[in-house]
Amino acid sequence: MAGAVATNETILVVGGGISGMTAALEAAECGKDVVLVEKNPSLGGRVSQLYKYFPKLCHPTCGMEINLRRIKANKRLRVFTLAQVDKVEGGPGDYAVTVRLRPRYVNENCTACGACADAVGAEIDNPFNYGLSKMKAAYLPFSMAYPQRYVIDPSIIGTPEAEKAKAACKYDAIDLGMKEQILTLKVGAIVWATGWRPYDAAKIQPYGYDRYDNVITSVEFERMMDPFGPTAGKLLRPSDGKEAKNVAFIQCAGSRDRNHLKHCSRICCMASLKQSTYVNEQFGDQAQSTIYYIDIRAIDRLEDFYQKVRANPTVKFVKSKVANITEDRTSGDVVLHGVDTEGYHRYDNRHDLCVLAVGMEPSVDVRSVAPGVHADASGFIEADVANGAIFGAGCSTNALDVNRAVQSATAAALRAIQVINKVSGAEV
Amino acid sequence: MADIKIGAYVCKGCGLGERLNTAQLMTVAQREGKAQVVREHEFLCNSAGVAMIRQDIENEGVNHVVIAACSRRAKTDAFGFENVAVSRANLREGVIWVQPDTEEAKEITQEMAADYVRMGCAEVAKMQTPVANPTHGNNKRILIVGGGISGMTSAIEASKAGYDVLLVEKSGVLGGWVGKLYRRIPSHEPFADPMETGVPGLIKQIESDKRIKVYLNSTISRTSGAPGQFSVDISMESGGTTTENIGAVIMASGFEPYDLKKLPELGGGKSPDVVDQAGLEQLARAANGAAIKRPSDGKEVKSVVFVQCAGQRDESGKHLAYCSGHCCNTSIKQAMYFKDSNPNVDAVVVYTDLRTPGNGEDFYRSAQRKGVIFTKGKVSEVVPGAALQVKFKDLILNDDAVANADLVVLATGMVANSGVDIDAAGGAPNVEGQAQAEAGVGKQVSVLNLTYRQGKDLPLLKNGFNDSHFICFPYETRRTGIYSCGPVRRPMDAQQAIEDATGAALKAIQAAENAALGRAAHPRSGDLSYPTFRREGCTQCKRCTVECPFGAIDEDEERYPQFNESRCRRCGTCMGACPVRVISFENYSVDTVGYQVKAVDVPDQFSEKPRILVLACENDAYPALDMAAMNRIQYSAFARVVPVRCLGSVNTIWINDALTAGYDGVVLMGCQKGENYQCHFVRGSEMAHYRMSKIDDTLKGMSLEVERVRTCEVAITDIQRAPKIINEMAETIQKIGLSPMKF
Repeated sequence: MAGAVATNETILVVGGGISGMTAALEAAECGKDVVLVEKNPSLGGRVSQLYKYFPKLCHPTCGMEINLRRIKANKRLRVFTLAQVDKVEGGPGDYAVTVRLRPRYVNENCTACGACADAVGAEIDNPFNYGLSKMKAAYLPFSMAYPQRYVIDPSIIGTPEAEKAKAACKYDAIDLGMKEQILTLKVGAIVWATGWRPYDAAKIQPYGYDRYDNVITSVEFERMMDPFGPTAGKLLRPSDGKEAKNVAFIQCAGSRDRNHLKHCSRICCMASLKQSTYVNEQFGDQAQSTIYYIDIRAIDRLEDFYQKVRANPTVKFVKSKVANITEDRTSGDVVLHGVDTEGYHRYDNRHDLCVLAVGMEPSVDVRSVAPGVHADASGFIEADVANGAIFGAGCSTNALDVNRAVQSATAAALRAIQVINKVSGAEV
Repeated sequence: MADIKIGAYVCKGCGLGERLNTAQLMTVAQREGKAQVVREHEFLCNSAGVAMIRQDIENEGVNHVVIAACSRRAKTDAFGFENVAVSRANLREGVIWVQPDTEEAKEITQEMAADYVRMGCAEVAKMQTPVANPTHGNNKRILIVGGGISGMTSAIEASKAGYDVLLVEKSGVLGGWVGKLYRRIPSHEPFADPMETGVPGLIKQIESDKRIKVYLNSTISRTSGAPGQFSVDISMESGGTTTENIGAVIMASGFEPYDLKKLPELGGGKSPDVVDQAGLEQLARAANGAAIKRPSDGKEVKSVVFVQCAGQRDESGKHLAYCSGHCCNTSIKQAMYFKDSNPNVDAVVVYTDLRTPGNGEDFYRSAQRKGVIFTKGKVSEVVPGAALQVKFKDLILNDDAVANADLVVLATGMVANSGVDIDAAGGAPNVEGQAQAEAGVGKQVSVLNLTYRQGKDLPLLKNGFNDSHFICFPYETRRTGIYSCGPVRRPMDAQQAIEDATGAALKAIQAAENAALGRAAHPRSGDLSYPTFRREGCTQCKRCTVECPFGAIDEDEERYPQFNESRCRRCGTCMGACPVRVISFENYSVDTVGYQVKAVDVPDQFSEKPRILVLACENDAYPALDMAAMNRIQYSAFARVVPVRCLGSVNTIWINDALTAGYDGVVLMGCQKGENYQCHFVRGSEMAHYRMSKIDDTLKGMSLEVERVRTCEVAITDIQRAPKIINEMAETIQKIGLSPMKF
């Protein structure tokens, strides 16, 4: 599969989340050759780890199924997983990109029958669940994983566990001798769609994410709603497995803060409003959500959703940047301290669980592989002539919601096509 | 069309060989399925297995292939054969993974597998490999309606990709609202100061671009046709109309500011010194960096109050319910106009939530550094006078307050120029024709003047904007090849409009490119099949033309449906709607499903083996059942699942046939309908639910219990629930007994 896969009329898309998948598909569906590289073993990115999207409360895997079908149907699009870009050299119309392919230890013979996972006993942290659960060291990352092919975790390579997996496979799909490969791709334009990562909540010391079990992040909270997730779809707090009916949401956890992320991460207000509906979904009128906020940024028609949540008597809004959190050791409850600025009331509010609406930061600094690219102080790619034919897409360019990320990716696809059409001299 | 030669291939891998009698399945394929070539393989999806099939295609003339192995969602690379009709009999996810591996279960598991083989053979026998629609057009010129920042950007970006562009602007100049600004919100670090609009440069670029043809003082008086072959009339204000042919359309018709006269309590229309944001830009342009003077008496403004959300986020129902997104940053920018020319001017922004997402936060901080005052409060009244009084509730001090100002700026928000609300008269036009759609024409003037049966403009989503309903697919309008961008689609600022317009340019180009190849657009992109109809059988009932979610079907002069294939998204809702079953696709038709239904072996009434037909949406319900199988969640062995393109494509004849043939229950699984619909074909699921709401009469006519047919909404995440629904039907049948219709 590592043959001549690209030419200077090929578009390379880096990152297989929703932005990268979109950019790759939109370009390929215009008739362009596209190579999509993703560092994880499967496509989907962060949205595949969400339970629902705001404001429709629909499921991200629904759109992903369509995108996967589009990928399967499109012969112009080639996908490499476990692939990471090490270096970008050259310029518009003529880039040489060094791609490192990590071994999956499973080849295309894999039928995803699951016999290897049954045979292996060793367990590892499950990154799909942000480490909140364990999984077998021979695994399919999640039910919708594409390629639908198992992975042997490198940690068991060289151990009898790996041999067990190999012995269980009837299809000669496990190749324990698989080695890392380096590919050099010649491409004409690059769409950089490496997405975001949640800000490290432990850095916000007063909130005690690293000290208190019942302080979790918004992305972890999403995983709890998955029936196949770490809590089998139940909102249970980590300390004692008690139902978390009284939930605090802290907005701007890391965002709009010069000590952490100076930008506003845009999505977190809507994310918490959405997550308050999860609490109702599980506990009905018993649910109690409190949203601690500075400004509720429910932009344009998302305002409707905010008004709907506001009208819900089980959701309270407190205008306040929470000062700090303490833990009641006997009950495990978390106590939030601060001042409600509307009327200046001090509070010490007790909750079962506290969810930090953590901000977004770029997951990869593009400058580490392509030093000439222009990025802002937070590391987000800024459009600039100096970037040549490297175009940012989605959350590599800013903190964006899914809708805007897809728009951005669609725009990036056109920018890449403009370069390719110049290279090929295509006249329409 | 060459003779059909069916090859059926049974896989023994993944436990199929151990769990099933594959020899018997081969016999079934041969004797009942009429497969001329039948083979089994230990591991069908590996290179040797695939090579075996390819050899038969090349040497034996096999042109219809049944893969009896795993789900159609798995191993698509291995089992994709060019110019060969392929059907997948799902023995893995559909049978052995959802049945217990026990001796008792062996017989009914085998029967289940045999039925899927029969169904696969029956389906493929009725399938043809689609050939691109021969009537497609290949015009790739892009029409852009609206010459503001969005339209200009689309034009430039499409041209840069090598495409010809027609840019039509109703006024005498390009530039739109952004062209009237003094400065715009910054798009680059350090996000500290307002920046040049860049509009004059863009206009120059457009004027010198040979690929872009500009029509000023012009509007679109007619749009007809389909992607790749639209025809438009461009009417000039001076009179005269030009007809142009184009491939795709971008609607960038922008917005109007909400009329401040509708806000008299905030001084709108009561005082010349109460202006909207557009009015303030005019004053700033006049001042051009010097002190801004107020309209009433030309006095230099020493104090200014910005009232955010004026007539927006309104709960009374009188004004705009939404937030326009840009206004907080715009007021910040405008406050800077004052502070930058004279730091001693008092500039106060009264807001309830300050909304400056992303790097807007830097801009906000910059304004604070410049001395702009931000007050959380709700303004109740602006009292006109030489000194305007702004009365508001200070939400921090929880107290009533008054601010005096020389000038008040109301942040009034955006109203979309989206043309005619084609659904205004309550839903789609009725069967009687255009009457209802015409009734929907209010004060609004159509932007596109589409000659489509379903109305003149793009359907609206909410609040008058024509945004896409889909989170993952923001450009998907309900009119193929017509994309909207900028503030007509959704409220937005200039920077976002630029991004949006670039994306829309891609979609338009893509629509034209795909139309030229006779292929479908999203979400079935690349699909070559298209609907055809048997004219002589048509009764002109018009259901297809009314129910098509994409307005793809018009009527010809003799009142027969006129399919515009390049406008079609291939969902099959028309096929489901047709009472006389004259509409079909080459590879998906009343027969491809109908014959599967008939192929199932229905045991007699003494067997105690019911049959449940499950018609499942291939995008959500079917994957949910697949994933249930991956998690080894079991369901009734009496179920026979048929994936459908969309529940909207389900023709009730299938249900009738199933019940007549002695099926004991029928379950339809489609996507969520209603306001937050998740159906990818917009109304397919809703139409199916509607049609099925009338099935009770049919059942009663057949003396069958109404519980035997159930229509439900199933999401792709219903991995546990979807099998449960099937099992519930099995329990119901156990309760009410087998169907008496068995022979």
